[in-house]
Amino acid sequence: MANIQEKIAKLFPEATFEDGEILLVNIPDAKWHQLAKCLKEDAELHFDHLVTIVGMDWTDKLGCVYYLNSTKHNTSLSVKVTTDDREKPMIHSVHDVWKIATTFEREVYDFFGIIFINNPDMRRLFLSIDWKGYPLRKDYDMNPEVNPVSLENERQEDTTVSYVEKEDGTIEKKVVEIFAPEDFVVNIGPQHPATHGVLRFRTAVDGETIKKIDFYSGYIHRGIEKICEGLTYPQTLHFMDRMDYFSGQQYHHGLCLAIEKALGIEVSRRAHVIRVMMDELSRIASHCLFLGTFCMDLGATTMLFYTLRVREQILDIMEKTCGARMTFNYGCIGGVMQDLHPDFVKDVKELLAVLPKNIKEYNELFIGNVIAKGRLEKVGVLSREDAISYGVTGPSGRASGWACDVRKTHPYSIYGELDFEEVVYTEGDSMARTKLRIAEIEQSAKILEQLIDNIPEGEYCVKVPKIVKLPAGHYFQLVEGCRGAFGVYIESDGGTSPLRLKLAPPCLPLANVVDHLTQGSKIADLITIGGSLDYIVPDIDR
Amino acid sequence: MYDLSVITKWIHELLMSFMPGWLATTIECVAIGVALLLVYALLALFYIYFERKVCAAFQCRLGPNRVGPMGLLQSFADMFKMLIKELITLKNIDKFLFALAPYLVIIASMLSFAVLPWGKGLQIIDFNIGIFFLIAVSSIGVLGILLAGWSSNNKFTLIGALRSGAQMVSYELSIGLSVLTMVAFAGTMSVTGIVEAQENLWFIFSGHVPAIIAFVIYLIAGTAETNRGPFDLPEAESELTAGYHTEYSGMHFGFFYLAEYLNLFIVSGVATLLFFGGWMPLHIPGWEGFNQVMDYIPSIVWFVGKAIAISFIIIWFKWSFPRLRIDQLLALEWKYLLPINLFNLVLMVLVIVYGLHF
Repeated sequence: MANIQEKIAKLFPEATFEDGEILLVNIPDAKWHQLAKCLKEDAELHFDHLVTIVGMDWTDKLGCVYYLNSTKHNTSLSVKVTTDDREKPMIHSVHDVWKIATTFEREVYDFFGIIFINNPDMRRLFLSIDWKGYPLRKDYDMNPEVNPVSLENERQEDTTVSYVEKEDGTIEKKVVEIFAPEDFVVNIGPQHPATHGVLRFRTAVDGETIKKIDFYSGYIHRGIEKICEGLTYPQTLHFMDRMDYFSGQQYHHGLCLAIEKALGIEVSRRAHVIRVMMDELSRIASHCLFLGTFCMDLGATTMLFYTLRVREQILDIMEKTCGARMTFNYGCIGGVMQDLHPDFVKDVKELLAVLPKNIKEYNELFIGNVIAKGRLEKVGVLSREDAISYGVTGPSGRASGWACDVRKTHPYSIYGELDFEEVVYTEGDSMARTKLRIAEIEQSAKILEQLIDNIPEGEYCVKVPKIVKLPAGHYFQLVEGCRGAFGVYIESDGGTSPLRLKLAPPCLPLANVVDHLTQGSKIADLITIGGSLDYIVPDIDR
Repeated sequence: MYDLSVITKWIHELLMSFMPGWLATTIECVAIGVALLLVYALLALFYIYFERKVCAAFQCRLGPNRVGPMGLLQSFADMFKMLIKELITLKNIDKFLFALAPYLVIIASMLSFAVLPWGKGLQIIDFNIGIFFLIAVSSIGVLGILLAGWSSNNKFTLIGALRSGAQMVSYELSIGLSVLTMVAFAGTMSVTGIVEAQENLWFIFSGHVPAIIAFVIYLIAGTAETNRGPFDLPEAESELTAGYHTEYSGMHFGFFYLAEYLNLFIVSGVATLLFFGGWMPLHIPGWEGFNQVMDYIPSIVWFVGKAIAISFIIIWFKWSFPRLRIDQLLALEWKYLLPINLFNLVLMVLVIVYGLHF
């Protein structure tokens, strides 16, 4: 950490530093683009993964916090860029350094109105194009009359704007057409069986070949981040089940870890074990459902029922302990909500006994099928560089050869002590993504096997203050969800509710990379690629 | 084997005895038409039920089991629902072609239905180019699908229709060539003639290698021709919602639905006719006693039974395999099936010329 600081200080004397769990660099906007380039390209720094961009309103100034990871040195860094202008705040874009920044910056623009200079696409990402105001700013007018619920169709535009910096430093607003006039544009979504929710791909096709995809989301944007700013910390936890509804356990885990880190609470060993087991059970259930729905997308409906059998078994286990089958709401600050059901150990052992047989069946029915091979192999190949640059984490990133499992890179809870392998494939195609998930089911089963006989006695939830007040400061926590790295950023002013709670979901980069992967492939490949990336729409929209 | 033509002849003579010839013929035509429609509808209902039960068995489910005993009335309930549903009229479409399309599809399927050899002496038209007529009329169906896709003024239906056009035109070739192979073997195009040529041994046995190759190709191409999985690209629900019939509602959609199931029966029926002896019972040369027992089973049971058995295989395909992609689909036809088929035709001709068959 010290030498990173030294190196940056030498190159950029304007930079100031704040120590913490992750080093924070303050840099003026004028030098930011230069620093970003240096951070990525310098071999010693090599921060090639942009985890998230957190937009912030500190009332006196607006700005962004960029969280960066180095895949080579496994180091983390955060950079803060601010602007004093509230009328027309502008920050330089880094979309040419990290490709995912294009979309992350759109999100910040949507919520804070910060314009990113040189970003090719400065539209709103989630809110409708006629929305007035920027909802996450502290001076936002919440009056429903400002933005009434429209009964009309949402206005659509086929153009986007871009603010380009010219040689002499002046900024010019340019209107850019999204599609060429002769393009045949097909709307895939928002109501389409293969988008797994209300997501919309405006697809320009030439016959059956895809030319370009414009990814359009926000149909189930609920403003979770905004809602959380008005809730106490225990209340914010409930929303973690409502994003990626298959990773509810992991997301709870992530937010709990962040809050516990801030409070300095040490969770009992029993709670740790329970949490990890629940995480892995959800992972198996999620990957099973992925396999089923993915095969259904490809036209093989029978597989769905075979995979749902296992998922049902897991949901029954969850139901006994958590009392719910979908929105578990099980993790809480200090541990878990209630103790394990007496049948838990027996049920999990039954599950582990049937899993290998089921996996064999999946391989025989689908993976070994010659049509499935033809549909999946060499389709949607994502290179390692692109996976990192587009921020594609989770099983999709690992199928491209990027070892990005947070359980291994930044071990949390008791993952550091457990014996499991991080499965990494190098092909990067849809087949690798599918096979990798099956392999991950096996690894999760391995973790469960280690823990099921070793659940320690003790309290399942430690004592926490009745009123949870986080010390002023900012906290960041990454966990591995079912679909990739899930980041939680909390900024607290010492009160009972967060000043800013940023949730960095893995599915936004996944949906964003579809355009890159599908160019030149067939319409049917869009379904294959989208399905194999396995994004969940509520997770994108939040 | 009981010849059903005795009954038809008796009816004909009875009518002729007390009314003028033109009236008798008209009454017969109407009666046959009504009977045909009835059988058509009943078979479609049976097939819907059959497929649901079969697919449920593959998927560890029970299938329909609420309406009627063992869910037998489920398809009837579905049919009545379909009949009383509104036909939604859409804006900005070519109304005439939009309405015409389902009728084209259903007419094509009914016409081919008419040529099938139902039983000994139980055939609506029996003329010397029967099988040629069947191939010709079944090709009208693709017109209906193309019109449906085009007139709906919807991008999904258009893509579905284009896919369908490419697919059906390609696979028609394979069907035609494998039928030609068998016609060459039978030496006649008459449907009755082909059945009677199999009196001693079904073609799949007597024609051995080339007949088996032709059967496999016919089964693949027939599945593609009926737009069923794994070749259901024109209506790939995960890609194009419902393909060419996305915009249809009520009974117009019902027509497409019926035609799809009946085409399944027709494809299986033709396979039965060409390879498994049509309504001819299983005869093994030399086993006189066995052959006699087989003869007691009515010919119509033989035909329908064999057709349903082949449909079961096609249904099995659908519920096991993922869908192909359009380029893979066309490559399969043009790069593999067509050359194999041409080679097979030559092989068959050699077998016939040198008398290498049983």
